[in-house]
Amino acid sequence: MPPVGAPMASPIPREAIAAKLAEAGYVADRDLSTALWMMDHLHRPLLIEGEAGVGKTEVAKALATVHGCELIRMQCYEGLDASSALYEWNYQRQLLAIKARENSGASVGEIEAQIFSETYLLERPLLAAIRREVSPVLLIDEVDRADEEFEAFLLELLSDFQVTIPEFGTIRARAIPRVVLTSNGTRELSDALRRRCLYHYLDFPDVDREAAIILWRQPGIDTSLALQVARMVGMLRKEDLRKVPGIAETLDWAATLAGLGVEDMRQEPEMVHDTLIAILKTHEDRARVSPETTQRLLGKVA
Amino acid sequence: MNALACIGDAPGPGPAMRKRLAGFAQTLRGASFAIGHAELQDAARILATPLAERPERLRAALKALFSSRHSDLARFDELFDAFWRGRGAKRANRITAQGLASRSPRKFEAGPGPEHRQGGLPETADAPSLDDGSAGGRGRKGGASAHESISTKDIRALGAEKDRAEALVLAERLARRMRARLTRRERARRTGRRLDLRSTIRHSVAHGGEPIELKFRRRKPKPLRLVVLLDASGSMEPYTAFFTRFVHAVSLSFRESEAFLFHTRLAHVSSALRERDPSRALDRLALMAQGVGGGTKIGECLATFNRWHARRVIHSRTCVMILSDGYDTGAPELLEAAMRDLRRRCKRIVWLNPLLGADAYEPSARGMRAALPFVDLFAPAHDIDSLAALEPYLARI
Repeated sequence: MPPVGAPMASPIPREAIAAKLAEAGYVADRDLSTALWMMDHLHRPLLIEGEAGVGKTEVAKALATVHGCELIRMQCYEGLDASSALYEWNYQRQLLAIKARENSGASVGEIEAQIFSETYLLERPLLAAIRREVSPVLLIDEVDRADEEFEAFLLELLSDFQVTIPEFGTIRARAIPRVVLTSNGTRELSDALRRRCLYHYLDFPDVDREAAIILWRQPGIDTSLALQVARMVGMLRKEDLRKVPGIAETLDWAATLAGLGVEDMRQEPEMVHDTLIAILKTHEDRARVSPETTQRLLGKVA
Repeated sequence: MNALACIGDAPGPGPAMRKRLAGFAQTLRGASFAIGHAELQDAARILATPLAERPERLRAALKALFSSRHSDLARFDELFDAFWRGRGAKRANRITAQGLASRSPRKFEAGPGPEHRQGGLPETADAPSLDDGSAGGRGRKGGASAHESISTKDIRALGAEKDRAEALVLAERLARRMRARLTRRERARRTGRRLDLRSTIRHSVAHGGEPIELKFRRRKPKPLRLVVLLDASGSMEPYTAFFTRFVHAVSLSFRESEAFLFHTRLAHVSSALRERDPSRALDRLALMAQGVGGGTKIGECLATFNRWHARRVIHSRTCVMILSDGYDTGAPELLEAAMRDLRRRCKRIVWLNPLLGADAYEPSARGMRAALPFVDLFAPAHDIDSLAALEPYLARI
């Protein structure tokens, strides 16, 4: 349950969310806009899973733009601990304070109370997220990279929006942050964490949506070329590749082709094949997609 | 807890609707969805919003709330339609049964019914000897001398019910001992590399600010993760019961382990093995492992493993243990490619072959020969002693 007296900014009507996201440069499907609306309504974090490159991180960025608030991003990695995610004491200042009061006759208890006060606290992303006056978007990126212990101390933050510091006490959220967690599924997350979150699985966009994304991000591009690129990438994803191309790669490729002045991909099969380096990122994949394969796929691009 | 009571006095829907919702939650729990008190209250709040006016919207909303993994999403729609719209109720029942058998049913259709017992894990599920196993593993069986006599016997020769029960207990003990060795090794390190400023300062207050007691921190050693791939094909049948028990014990005592079972297809069985009670675990396993046809497709199964599971279950301190006799009916090239791929991903590959114990055995099977260059340790596993001999090797990884 969210703490009383910690309001979240007024929720945007559900129908408006998709439109606002599109304005912010993110083309969302209906399920995602429902999930984002529920996030505000229920004050629950949203867990987004999906392959690398489907635009999970972009969701959080777009959400911050939609609400016009700050985005606090925390990249998870193995060995991430409380002192780099939550808070840390400012040791230099603490040492200085101890030295300065050495001969003042203050008791141990007094000094301790002083050096473990808010002045000596350094905030890290998670603490920062709950101490803002206006609720920010907190992005906990690739949570599967952190270890299980980290998940455990996320739980308090995600369900009660508070942080307990042993020397200091409990800090409650001033404004409830909108929390987005992303995971690539390299590790199974705990049930406890999953249960606290809303869940959304982000898949690669279908051809039309991907074409829309290309058009949005590369305003100068020809509509038919965008559609061709989207179709081509869609087919390449069905090939047995080691590293499936993400949306960022699609955008790179579209920009490359547009930059080279290609108008119809079928007219320039060699150029298409040569520029595939923008989306095929391993040696094996490069070898697998031969000029003949490119030809064959281009034949299917209407 | 009564689901209806959970919803309590949440604002919104009337009593009839709440009852329906509670019933729906029960159905989902039956299909192994993780739904707690807070989720139900939130669901009640959703019913009070405009989302509840249209079934598709309500479905999308409840789906985001109640699902917690990708495999839940696919099952949710059918369960929702069956419950709220009375459509396809029979299919939903089947889905519920699947959910019980496995949290993540992949390609395996695990329907209920006794006929599944005949495949994959014959007799193991029904063997009466397993019933006393869990208690026995905690050391109720005594007398080291008794173990001595069995531990050198070939597993196939453990015909008598009593012998086999003891062998299974030994397997459990072995798995536990392997873990104990690993944890002791971690504890032995006392000092660290980095100074822990936080606790040093904390302790310095007592000395008037002089940091006399230095506190260190050290990297927490990563526990070894064991991924076991167990061959459950026909040719392995004499050993399957024993190995299954061994794998079960490993799953319970290792902090991190994953288990897979393969014959002509690969099944992820970790969730079944996490069941404490051995007979229940084996029941679930038998359900998941059915569908044995002729032959073993090791190469194909390993390729499936590499493609769908390896990324998630293998990390920097992972040992992959393959328990198989190496009789592969697939193409040896496929096995070779799959082994090469696996080699690249993980730190150690151990291949235990029960046939290796026989004096005259040479690894001449085509598949076995193709796989050997990529194996770090190729060891016999025909008796308990040979398994025990692995222990120091695993501790060194």
